[in-house]
Amino acid sequence: MGIALLSLIGLFIALYLYLYKIGQIGTLVCGTGSCETVQLSPQSRFLGVDVALIGLLGYAVLFGLGLLALQPRFAGPAWPSRLLAVLSGIAVLFTLYLTGLELFVIHAICRYCVASAVVIVIVFLLAVWDLRRSAAGAG
Amino acid sequence: MAASPSGVNRFYLLLGALALAGIAALVYQVKKPKGVSIPANVTVLAADTAGFRGYLVGADSAAVEVSEYADYQCPACQSFETIQFPAVREQLIATGKVRWRYRDFPLEMHPNARVAAHAAACAADQGKYWEMHAAIYDRQMEWADSRSASSLLSQLAGTLGMDRGGFDACMSSAKYAGRIQASLEEGTRLGVGSTPTFLIAGRLYLGAISSDSLRSIIQHAQPSPTP
Repeated sequence: MGIALLSLIGLFIALYLYLYKIGQIGTLVCGTGSCETVQLSPQSRFLGVDVALIGLLGYAVLFGLGLLALQPRFAGPAWPSRLLAVLSGIAVLFTLYLTGLELFVIHAICRYCVASAVVIVIVFLLAVWDLRRSAAGAG
Repeated sequence: MAASPSGVNRFYLLLGALALAGIAALVYQVKKPKGVSIPANVTVLAADTAGFRGYLVGADSAAVEVSEYADYQCPACQSFETIQFPAVREQLIATGKVRWRYRDFPLEMHPNARVAAHAAACAADQGKYWEMHAAIYDRQMEWADSRSASSLLSQLAGTLGMDRGGFDACMSSAKYAGRIQASLEEGTRLGVGSTPTFLIAGRLYLGAISSDSLRSIIQHAQPSPTP
């Protein structure tokens, strides 16, 4: 349940940043102004795609898998739980890379990126914990 | 994951409430008037300046090019624009003697200077740069110290017949922030430290000089390559 809830929060964070990126939101609510520095930097795109859009799609997938994993027929260590652990693990690595860019290349920190980083780390921990618990239960 | 039916129902209720709250917050953000800020500390990309030397008016064949480094929020620039520039335009630019090149030089002390410079850049997208340029200076008193400068400039764009939707989207995107920064950096490299400053035949002239002085300087200026 926690994974679906947190993924939904992450999805809204990413959607907020993406709406800003495509000009639908005038200014980001960000006390330091660093959010705009990060969002307008060349590093806000990855392989030509907006990072916010990647986050949006990623969280949508995690949200869907999170809901799927709650269904009784997928109880236990079924594929949705395994996929959740793998995908959220990849997302954590990608987040680490982006945080490194903020700290060492852009020299600015976006609080929404920090919030998203916290969310994805918790999602990953929950996914791993859930998988281990299911595996132990099945064993 | 085992959960009681009532627990599952509570979870879906919570999920629904969260989704509604998130959607409501985003709709509010999208619908609210857009206060635009144009960031100063942007990285200038090659694409920001590719094929762009500044805003030009006058004949390509003009013997002399004058580069004006100015800040839309600067009172001296406003004074030059409204009092001297009409005569400069009529006597020097329209007669083919001078080609004018306007460069943004937003000073840090003027919080709305970049917003105004960006508004002019967005007007250029709609082929109304010089009309907007003049209007921004004419109405400087109204927007200079306003917290909703971008809204006022958007209204100004509307009065000049621009498509407000396109203008607002351009402003929100801050897509010309890098170009404005590049212009500032160019001026700084040349030694510009205040506004307005004019670069004529390789020399810098500071302050809102009169059209007569400008004419005299230009008469004595040798044609020079552009920077």
